[in-house]
Amino acid sequence: MGGYALFVWPAYAATVLVLSLGVVLPLRRHRQLTRELELMAIQHDQGQIT
Amino acid sequence: MTPSQSDLPKGNRPRSIWTRRFHQLGSPPFFYTLVGKLLPWVGTLCALCFAAGLYSGLILAPTDYQQGESYRIIYIHVPAAWMSMFVYLILAISGGIGLIWRMKLAQIVARASAPIGAAYTFLALLTGSLWGKPMWGTWWIWDARLTSELVLLFLYLGYMALQAAIDDRRTAARAGAVLALVGVINLPIIHFSVEWWSTLHQGPTVTKFDRPSIATSMLIPLLLMAIAFQLHYLVALFARVRAEILDSERRSAWVTKMVAAS
Repeated sequence: MGGYALFVWPAYAATVLVLSLGVVLPLRRHRQLTRELELMAIQHDQGQIT
Repeated sequence: MTPSQSDLPKGNRPRSIWTRRFHQLGSPPFFYTLVGKLLPWVGTLCALCFAAGLYSGLILAPTDYQQGESYRIIYIHVPAAWMSMFVYLILAISGGIGLIWRMKLAQIVARASAPIGAAYTFLALLTGSLWGKPMWGTWWIWDARLTSELVLLFLYLGYMALQAAIDDRRTAARAGAVLALVGVINLPIIHFSVEWWSTLHQGPTVTKFDRPSIATSMLIPLLLMAIAFQLHYLVALFARVRAEILDSERRSAWVTKMVAAS
């Protein structure tokens, strides 16, 4: 990188990190929410049976 | 005799297919499903654009005769800075639509856009700082361009703090929309700051009425990265909107039905 590696690579690394987090975190939150809602539905059903 | 359209009471007027499409798009369950189907496709396209942009920007594009290799930061700095302003515009427009027509989906889009826009603004500032140090000899300077971009970051953070502080989502959306609309004044200030005030920051090279003053071999990777960032916004927005819809509609009938079916 012609002597600029210390500036160019951190810039790219930070970008990759921030952009990936921007997608991964909401996807994970969605999955957790789905699981939570499914669990609540199961508990609800069991509560009705007994 | 058939009555003309304007004679019919408002609710009975036949609506055009486009009006119906628009209303359908505005319904959270429809949008939730649509976005879920689109997500993998837009995600793949986004990854391809990033691969092409990074390859052409870091490997194919020639070295700059003035700035050496350090100029390669342009391929992330400029798209991030463009997106920081574009997303703010979306935030203000969807906030405004939510404010005027009380459209729930517009409010959700605004709420979901804010952290993504804040991330782009942060990246624009960070990469700019990493570019400024070797080129200008300083990480930071309180000049018009850098300061107005920092104000943009504070506007995003202010919006997010407001959303977090107000429990009622509809009140939060309305308060946020007012803040976002007032903050729009900052966008032309950012864009023209390099012309209105003397600054260390270089002037526009692409977004001007003249021909871009950048070589084609350097411009193509920049445009590819700009498209990749646009697609990334869509992917991040879709993922966020899905979680947001599921969270705010968790007690509605369609969510219960969907969860039961899975």
